[in-house]
Amino acid sequence: MINPSLSINTDLAREILSGFIKSEVTRAGFSRAIVNLSGGLDSALSCALAVDALGAENVLALRLPYCKSSPDSLTHAQLMIDQFKVKSETIDITPMVDPLINREPNISNVRKGNIMARARMIILYDQSEVFKALPIGTSNKTEILLGYSTQWGDAASAINPIGDLYKTQARQLSRAMNIPAPIIDKAPSADLWEGQTDEGELGFTYEEVDKLLYLLVDQRYSPQECIDAGFGEKFVDVVVKRIRRNQFKRMQPPIAKISNRTIGYDFLYLRDWGT
Amino acid sequence: MKLNLALAQINTKLGDVDSNLAKHMDYIKQAKSEKADLLVFPELSLTGYVLQDLVASVAHKPTEDDPIFKHLLRESRDLDLVVGFVDEDSRHRFYVASAYLSGGSVVHVHHKIYLPTYGLFDEGRFFAWGDSIRAFDTRFGRVGMLICEDFWHASPPYLLWLDGADIMLFSSASPGRGLNDKEKLESARWVERVTKAYASMFTSFVAHANRVGYEDGLHFWGGATLFDPNGEEVVIGPYNEEALVFAQMDLNQLRRTRARLPLLRDERTNLVQKELNRILGSD
Repeated sequence: MINPSLSINTDLAREILSGFIKSEVTRAGFSRAIVNLSGGLDSALSCALAVDALGAENVLALRLPYCKSSPDSLTHAQLMIDQFKVKSETIDITPMVDPLINREPNISNVRKGNIMARARMIILYDQSEVFKALPIGTSNKTEILLGYSTQWGDAASAINPIGDLYKTQARQLSRAMNIPAPIIDKAPSADLWEGQTDEGELGFTYEEVDKLLYLLVDQRYSPQECIDAGFGEKFVDVVVKRIRRNQFKRMQPPIAKISNRTIGYDFLYLRDWGT
Repeated sequence: MKLNLALAQINTKLGDVDSNLAKHMDYIKQAKSEKADLLVFPELSLTGYVLQDLVASVAHKPTEDDPIFKHLLRESRDLDLVVGFVDEDSRHRFYVASAYLSGGSVVHVHHKIYLPTYGLFDEGRFFAWGDSIRAFDTRFGRVGMLICEDFWHASPPYLLWLDGADIMLFSSASPGRGLNDKEKLESARWVERVTKAYASMFTSFVAHANRVGYEDGLHFWGGATLFDPNGEEVVIGPYNEEALVFAQMDLNQLRRTRARLPLLRDERTNLVQKELNRILGSD
């Protein structure tokens, strides 16, 4: 069994990622950042990096609970707010989302989850205007590759400092940045319904899938080479299909080309154009 | 003879040549006040790196009447300069270029000969390929310039060596990548390893200026270096921050090293040529 190490130099990661936030927030014409603090590890890490980059006084953390959210989520988000001394707002999304959810008694968990994630996105962007801040992304590389997110929901942001860190690497960096232990130690969860955990829903652990993704994506192993390296055939198959099926979530919607010069194909500029 | 070298590891504004020129002038002023003889800027130092569709709008010609180069040429009366820019030829082909300026004149222009067009790189889509590798004479001796991917290939430094270059000036806009548990990024370790190897194998001075800053998600790592003809590190600049890095080249070291280690004397170029002809099927 090939057992790749995903361990990273956390000092260097911190320097590069907080430098990225500072550079990109400033060049977008802002001096502040805003982040939805779910109580989980990824948003805690993005928040801590934003504090590193911009100073606590320039970071607004939002807590956006639903009536059925785990109380731990709020408590853990507060641990971050207290320790990192960032500004915070708490806005209950229940009155926003319940009228929609209650229209259909048999609405699925997936739909409810998507509605909540998108409601939180609306508040994130609305508050970004109030606080004059750029929304910071909280999606890690594992969930982006697996498509384990809500498009235009939790996946929405202006810049994403942690999208090239696998979940286990995000955990390592979080430890190095002194994120409160209860946030690091608890089972990762989108907390969209009671008892939900990422690993329960996905059917494998982050530890396992990160190693597989690292070989498939970073090291360019073929699926068969991963199987030969000791990963279960079914597991490899499920993951490879998830990566392919979710490519749409990683891209801007394709524009149908009819002119000579089309946005996305041959109108090519970085966002940092002119800055 | 001693050469006071300055390596400017600067950040740039993407597509804003006037603003980048102002930064060049600022660094030139600092380098002059420290009595530098030669100041080397990174790849595309006047334009920024991921230019894409900006290429045509940032191109300049290294001439006295060019609104950008006239300032740099004037400064080159006081110290020699290497600047990175987009060169446009008379038939409107655009090159990633480095110009060596000295005494108010353009001594040499190098067009990047290897345009990486793979992985995160897309240079071949936007630029024309340079097609010559030439050393040139300066007031410090014979010099060769290469740009980033040029020295990822072994042949360009080798050819410069055979063409008489004792001082190699490399410039890069190297995006950082390959973070693992090591002290440095994989890309930084790779570049330092090969530049050190060239200095050792060619018993020459090898200087490298790399930019810093970010362009969207790309990050440039800096870490300017000078290695001496023994392959020893003379200086290494800081990572990830702007800096003007000074180092002195003791040009007499070329003689001392080559007296001990006559790799240049013993290089069998006729054999190389014969075998290349055989390998390439041209004899």
